[in-house]
Amino acid sequence: MNLFCVGLSHHNADVETRENFAGHAETDRVLRSCGCSEALLLSTCNRVEIYAAAENLIPTEQIARCLTRTQVLELDGHLENFYRYEATDCVRHLFRVASGLDSMVVGETEILGQAKKAYEAARIAGAAGRYLHRLFQRAFRVAKQVRTHTDITRGAVSVGSVAVDLAQRIFGDLVNCKVLVLGAGETSERTVRALASRGATDLRVSNRSPERANALATAVNGRAISFEQWPEQCGEIDILITSTSSNVPLLSQEKLAPILRERIDRPLFIIDIAVPRDVAPDVNALDGVYLYDIDSLQSIAEQSLAMRREQIAAAEEIIAEHVAEFGEAILRGLNPPAQTSEHPAVGESSLRPSES
Amino acid sequence: MDRYLVIFSTVCFLVAIAHTILEMRAGVFQPRRFNFVAVALGFIFQTAFLSIRGNELHRCPITNLFEVIIFVAWSVALFYIVVGPAYRLSLMGAFTAPVVVLLQLFALLASIDQRHAAKLPPNSWLEFHASISLVAYGAFALACIAGVMYLVQERQLKTHQLHSIFYHLPPLSDLFAAITRLLWWGYALYTLGLISGFFVGEPLPWLQIICAVGVWILYGLILQGRYLRWFAPKRVAALCIIGFSAALTLLWGITFTAQTHTP
Repeated sequence: MNLFCVGLSHHNADVETRENFAGHAETDRVLRSCGCSEALLLSTCNRVEIYAAAENLIPTEQIARCLTRTQVLELDGHLENFYRYEATDCVRHLFRVASGLDSMVVGETEILGQAKKAYEAARIAGAAGRYLHRLFQRAFRVAKQVRTHTDITRGAVSVGSVAVDLAQRIFGDLVNCKVLVLGAGETSERTVRALASRGATDLRVSNRSPERANALATAVNGRAISFEQWPEQCGEIDILITSTSSNVPLLSQEKLAPILRERIDRPLFIIDIAVPRDVAPDVNALDGVYLYDIDSLQSIAEQSLAMRREQIAAAEEIIAEHVAEFGEAILRGLNPPAQTSEHPAVGESSLRPSES
Repeated sequence: MDRYLVIFSTVCFLVAIAHTILEMRAGVFQPRRFNFVAVALGFIFQTAFLSIRGNELHRCPITNLFEVIIFVAWSVALFYIVVGPAYRLSLMGAFTAPVVVLLQLFALLASIDQRHAAKLPPNSWLEFHASISLVAYGAFALACIAGVMYLVQERQLKTHQLHSIFYHLPPLSDLFAAITRLLWWGYALYTLGLISGFFVGEPLPWLQIICAVGVWILYGLILQGRYLRWFAPKRVAALCIIGFSAALTLLWGITFTAQTHTP
């Protein structure tokens, strides 16, 4: 029995190629008709992979054909983009994928959910049997362990998520945070949506154009504030997101200091994503004010990514331990000595996936 | 022999520190469980020591500087065990352990475990006054530790330099809430200790009384300043460190005076 993985990913195939081989509803069935006893399709925006167990060696070309949406697609130009991992290499690859080590953004956790969904779909379809069941259950365990025992998922890696992460580091729970968005730009909308997704409910929008303020306020389920009134709001709010097209700073230390005297015990987090900046840099010197402009947010995102990369070695160690232990066990299961074989035929087990 | 219990306890806290350093170097710090267990184990050894010593003395074991320090260290660990998990202050164990180790190492290395030749006469008011004041010290010590954590976190947020530790420290608001609660606990217990001091029935040095009232006024001002918005949270955190340093100096002064005046 061969356990293998054939696939394409963002590392070696462009999005067009990945689209052409993204698989389809019948992929599992087609793969089994090609001779796979068990088969699972993992298709995400960054990768298309088949994990399979088969009695005989099934060529990569044949697997690639099962993934095409149109039978007329010529394989010649694309076949070299496919990678193939066998036995323990396949196990290692899946463990790395599930742990987010092979992702475009190292340490992202979405892939684990996608792998779980793919496994569930294959299980329900009866395409995942005892080998894939054991392989994927172990992969989920490994991913969890990597996430718990390393900092691979730590730190936000996009401007919006850095802002949200920082807000949580300052305020903890965002439910009671009052947020004011100054300027109705796209980035500020994304940031305020990210804050809302983490629990912030008191959202206020102010813009020179009242129509745009109203539109964004409606979109984020907040309320519009007239542009003349926004400075007064600084006494109340906890988070200020600014992204206006003003050529001069709208907020300076002189303006903010008297307002802060009334709220000295509450921090104020200012996210200035405007270029040129809306908030004078010396505002950060005020007690309790944490000012972040677009450069500092981007720099933190890069720091986080670098920190995640530093964690790869620790994550690889965990994976290597599991591969050594599990790879050997599953290979013994795949190719049991004839005299001690007590396992039912794999084809049979694949029809009863919930059994294992 | 009961000193071995203090040594075992110190080892437990040292293990917590070593574990933190090693994991932080490897970038795989998981503060919660291990540190909590190590500190809890250290606390059990401290309790065993105080219990044995108390049985031997037939009174609260705070008769010399050695016992007083262990009692304070015990109070610190007690408040960590009570407050740490409640406020999800996962890294507090890592900050608490060094304070306890420093206190206990000093107690073990300095020859301050001087037993009194004559048995001290029982005085329940004095014991209550001293023990409740020392428990208050535990709360002040932990407020000081939370203050250090606050300043570390605040500094990183201000300078935009976020190190690995940043992701393990609690949010500023949680830390400030913990500081406030600990200050209140400490202040209430200290007030109780101060009041009970007037019932001990023994003459106390005026300097001691003035210093003790001074510490009480200092913490009162910190709390007052916190609620009247005189100080920003950062200043409150810094004042907690100053306050505890002052309180510790006073404690040393009291025990030193008490020892030199004991026949």
